[in-house]
Amino acid sequence: MDFRKFHRIQTRRSFLDQCAGGLGTIALWHLMEGEGRTAAAGESLPDINPLKPKAGHFTPKAKNVIFLFMEGAPSQLDLFDPKPGLGKYDGQSLPSSMTKDLKLAFIKPDAKVWASPRVFTKHGQCGMEFSDYLPYTADCADDICMIRSMVTDQFNHHPGQLMMTSGTNLLGRPSLGAWVTYGLGSESKNLPGFVALTSGAGSPGAGSGNWSSGFLPSVYQGVPFRNSGDPVLHLSNLSGIDVEDQRMTLDAIRDLNQQNFVRAGDIEIASRIASYELAFRMQSAGPELLDFSKETPATLELYGINNEVTRPFATNCLLARRMIERGVRFIQIMHPTWDDHSDLNKKLKKNCDITDRPTAALLKDLKQRGLLDSTLLVWGSEFGRTPLIQTLGIAGESWGRDHHPNAFTMWMAGGGIKPGQVVGKTDDLGFNVVEDRVHVHDLHATILHCLGLEHKRLTYRHMGRDFRLTDVEGQVVSKLLA
Amino acid sequence: MTQILDLQPGTATMHIAMLVVGGRFASAEGANLAPNGSEWRQIVKKHCLSALLSVALIQSSASRLTSAQTVEGEKLPPTAKLQVEFRRDIEPLLKEKCQSCHGAEQQLSGFRLDSRSAVLSGGNSGVVVKPGNSQGSRLIHLVAGLNKELRMPMTGDPLTAEQVGLLRAWIDQGVLWQDESSKPPSPMLSSKSKHWAFAPPQRPKQPKVKNTTWVRNPIDSFVLARLEKEGITPSAEADRETLIRRLSLDLTGLPPSPDQVAEFLADKRPDAYERLVDQSLSSPHYGEKWARPWLDLARYADSDGYEEDRIRPHAWRWRHWVIEALNRNMPFDQFTTEQLAGDLLPNATLEQRVATGFHRNTLTNREGGVNREEFRTEQVIDRTATTGSVWLGLTLGCARCHDHKYDPVSQKEFYQMAAFFNTAREIDLEAPLPAERGPFLQRQPEYEKKRATLLEEFKVAELQVDWEKKLRAAAAHPGVDLGSDYQLNLVQVKTDTGEEILMLPPEKRTAKQKKILTDQFIRTGGFKELNTRLNALAEEYPALTEAPAIAENPRPPKTHILIRGNFLTPGIEVEPDTPAVLPRLRSDSPPSRLTLARWLVSRDNPLTARVTMNRAWQEFFGRGFVDTPQDFGLRSSPPTHPELLDWLAVEFMSSGWNVKAMHKRIVESATYRQASNTRKDLESKDPDNKLLARQTRLRLPAELVRDVALATSGLLNPVIGGKSIRPPQPAGVVGKWKESEGAERYRRGLYILFQRRYPYPELVTFDAPDSLNSCPRRDRSTTPLQALTLLNDPVFFEASQALAVRLLQEKAGGEEERIEHAYRLCLGRAPRPEEKERMVQYLRQRKELLARKPESVEKVFPAKALDGVDPAEAALWIGVSRVLLNLEEFITRG
Repeated sequence: MDFRKFHRIQTRRSFLDQCAGGLGTIALWHLMEGEGRTAAAGESLPDINPLKPKAGHFTPKAKNVIFLFMEGAPSQLDLFDPKPGLGKYDGQSLPSSMTKDLKLAFIKPDAKVWASPRVFTKHGQCGMEFSDYLPYTADCADDICMIRSMVTDQFNHHPGQLMMTSGTNLLGRPSLGAWVTYGLGSESKNLPGFVALTSGAGSPGAGSGNWSSGFLPSVYQGVPFRNSGDPVLHLSNLSGIDVEDQRMTLDAIRDLNQQNFVRAGDIEIASRIASYELAFRMQSAGPELLDFSKETPATLELYGINNEVTRPFATNCLLARRMIERGVRFIQIMHPTWDDHSDLNKKLKKNCDITDRPTAALLKDLKQRGLLDSTLLVWGSEFGRTPLIQTLGIAGESWGRDHHPNAFTMWMAGGGIKPGQVVGKTDDLGFNVVEDRVHVHDLHATILHCLGLEHKRLTYRHMGRDFRLTDVEGQVVSKLLA
Repeated sequence: MTQILDLQPGTATMHIAMLVVGGRFASAEGANLAPNGSEWRQIVKKHCLSALLSVALIQSSASRLTSAQTVEGEKLPPTAKLQVEFRRDIEPLLKEKCQSCHGAEQQLSGFRLDSRSAVLSGGNSGVVVKPGNSQGSRLIHLVAGLNKELRMPMTGDPLTAEQVGLLRAWIDQGVLWQDESSKPPSPMLSSKSKHWAFAPPQRPKQPKVKNTTWVRNPIDSFVLARLEKEGITPSAEADRETLIRRLSLDLTGLPPSPDQVAEFLADKRPDAYERLVDQSLSSPHYGEKWARPWLDLARYADSDGYEEDRIRPHAWRWRHWVIEALNRNMPFDQFTTEQLAGDLLPNATLEQRVATGFHRNTLTNREGGVNREEFRTEQVIDRTATTGSVWLGLTLGCARCHDHKYDPVSQKEFYQMAAFFNTAREIDLEAPLPAERGPFLQRQPEYEKKRATLLEEFKVAELQVDWEKKLRAAAAHPGVDLGSDYQLNLVQVKTDTGEEILMLPPEKRTAKQKKILTDQFIRTGGFKELNTRLNALAEEYPALTEAPAIAENPRPPKTHILIRGNFLTPGIEVEPDTPAVLPRLRSDSPPSRLTLARWLVSRDNPLTARVTMNRAWQEFFGRGFVDTPQDFGLRSSPPTHPELLDWLAVEFMSSGWNVKAMHKRIVESATYRQASNTRKDLESKDPDNKLLARQTRLRLPAELVRDVALATSGLLNPVIGGKSIRPPQPAGVVGKWKESEGAERYRRGLYILFQRRYPYPELVTFDAPDSLNSCPRRDRSTTPLQALTLLNDPVFFEASQALAVRLLQEKAGGEEERIEHAYRLCLGRAPRPEEKERMVQYLRQRKELLARKPESVEKVFPAKALDGVDPAEAALWIGVSRVLLNLEEFITRG
């Protein structure tokens, strides 16, 4: 994206020209000349939607993204990456030759090894292995591309999450979703282009940093949909003010703004008028989005909406599908926390019980509606967990695992991704990647590629230089591509 | 071989090239077939008899030999067995392979290979060549490819074994250089630049203009001269209602009251406007308005950032200082030295030390398990980059990992600048406001006694002895007791000085130090109940205000270049210094933060005054002369009015860095006073209003959007300075949010507690910066979320309710009179006939609606004890108030 061109788009005046193909401006000048009528119900308003769809760098495979971010680092060794080799050392320290370069957050390299107590079985035509904690996801094996060779630079949650969502450990950079909406805009006219949905216990480590627009204009920021109250802040009318009242007030606001526009001629006023009309449309689109009453019982059952345990996460998954149908570009579902330093067996199972079924339902539902081809699903976290035991030094607590950035598992499915394959390999103990290393930057480059964006060309000038999501790194991982 | 034997003078290069293309010298191992370096030279010498030709040969071979002949594996190629001649054997090689990156043009990694002294002094990562020891010389390791991830040269073919052997011989024989004395290396690139911003501003002559009557002060001459050149006439002066609202919003951030407007309209004295300017400049709200852009630059917030994002309960104390300093019109040079180095001033006062809180606004990561040193390094780097951006308008931060790509700032110079800040440490000062200490001292003994009793009840002292013992053991022998290792890490990351205190014998700890460590013990030692009770106890007693500040570290760490900006890979040590492209630091003062601060505001610094005036202009006109306020470097946008910028900069310095005097000059100019209406004739000539043939309408910043709503409705609490407030916000945005009570919640937007992870939604929605990095200019977006906020945020609805009541109480007359009053309150002007007509129509519609839906009256105006206010009337006028508070003009400076 050419920075200068973009900057002009951001300059409101030309912004209207760009977005409305000049038409809006003509209509508005018409008004100013005093030759036109007082515009009725916004018919002469320009389309100011700043997220108007834009073409990428080349023909995309996927149009939209759903990123299921399992914050806190689910243990890949107990879900995706079976390591029978650990059995040999179970309960013992590893030889120091094997651990000399290991850097961990809380435990020392001489901690004891813990072979996963999970049972792994092969699934689908492709024979992809999953542990018994993920029966529903396992059922989708033939649609999934599993990456066992993920690597990151960060081993603490906050920096690690920022790394996964924005390509750096520092706050203040745009997140993946912001870059994508900056590059492509959004098909949705009445909903934000980039939405963050949260569930689970606690809040995501990096908070709003995970859906920040950083130095990009704030229109590209993820809009967090809330779990209680209005999904978007202040979306509902105030108590005592119904739609009729709101519309009547909006009409007065619009007409008075328009009178002022005729006088002052500032195109900003036209933008403001249009933003109010968009707000009003959002007010009706929001409740419509949240209204599941037209979903079939079978669909609700598929997601597990009616189940106490799965409901919150299932709601977000179903919302994600409905948003995809309504053209939202990027949906980030956050589910904290999988940070199982202790009690891993119990806590991991709990999170799997909450998320497994809705996750698989989302994949299947998208597929049966023909939406999977154009939607990229990404499942993963900021890093993985160690093959070593962590006890936090608290007697009586059961075992957990520490943070591990050198090898972890993620999976992708849908638009542009080659399904039914496992990419990458870790060593016998799951410490390091030995085949097809995929760094976070590479993952980002690949995601952008699926969307028709070339990661080296998606840049934004800030503080004197062109920034990009992948900084100076990143390579598209062709093995992942269909 | 035959081809070599066929060599004829003058054709050698060509033949060798052919030979190489033919692939005969395929590998170094094929030494029996191909001659090695020295044999080769002997062959050439024997047949060509010309030193010149041999140079050509070696040059050619260096560039053409295929990589198949390069060194593989861990072993270094053998040293060439010959007496090296620099001119013949080495110089061509250096020129060909090294000097494009490490020569006169650029010195990547701070290293150059074009003089002996430069070679021997090494680069950013230290010594590269050890004379007499090629095996231990990093240069050889790099060109031989010992380090697989970094091999030199980075581009082009690697060196051949022979070439490496030659370099080895050269080093082993003492790094001989031809004519070392006669050819001093050319100066480093960074010291020369013809870029306009690096030359000190000179006071330009006022240009001659035709329309001299338009000119009110020198600013106008510069603007008008340019307009006349383009054949554009300036706009007429804005009407008085617009002028007073513009001036009031620009200087105080608050709208004028209807009385103030009436007074100004009635003031027929010729200097009525100038009087108004003086009045606004002396308003105590001036400091509030102008503090905000400064807080943006300082990335001010009330919390740590990162995962824990702990609240900083005393961050506001520095903000308080800023507001007071601006209101007192502290000269900008003093404003600078006190904030960067107030602690180092002779006999520094408490307020001067409080001023150093500027650089305490960096983020702190307190996530368990992080490395404190990593994030301390980040803070130092942030302080360096922010100082560069705020005062110098330079993107110094770009030189963190490598030399600046565009500006003459090397990576080494970045760390030389960082060295000024690396020796500073964070401290918290007791900084009570007037009248705070008395009540504190009076009640303190009682508090201490109760606290002691509580600690005793839970046997804290005894348990803490054991805890400390374990932690000290863990510090000495990590890895033995994992629980204590973890606890020690928590002491490191959750407190700033805890580990230091832990290592002190208890009898040497101050009372404050003891409290810090005990509190940490209580927080992590499983004293849930005690913790709650202690917090409750502390709430009951007054506490002394503290101030986050910086001071010199008594044990200052050394500063190293960080290779690729990574704290784990330090390079050579550097001393504090300023970039060579700028004037030198005073040599008669120690290279301290204070000297740096004084250097920033010295007369011959070409940047500070320009950068500061550019930002001031940006506040008054929406954009500066330089459209990249944080970047005046080579990639900055060229100034629209370079002479005016220089005039302002020189004037600013000559005035004794008098900020208010400069603001006065700007707002008194005819340029500033122009109408902001767009003009059709400018549409194509100057669509972005760069030439200033009119004013620009500007949407108010987030805080002011709130302020005008509160001021108009009469809710505003105008108290200046002090603690941060927590106005109501929707549930679920942030975990804990204890709403401010009473009048506190109606204070201005700049006092809203800014929690980095969960910033106050209204601020975010209207483009307040995230406070993670220095922000030199805010966005001015227009989004539907803003509409939803103004329509439906209870804070703004409350303002509508209050405004309705105000209208009913202040104007008992008819509808039209009341509408007029509402317009004067909200927009500082009377409604135009068509506006009044539309508003009357709305009132009629609304009355009809409320008659149909009487139940909504109580909802929009819950019965409150309000004298003489009829709820139905209130509900009606709440509608009018909402319309006005949502008008584009309401949140815009005209």
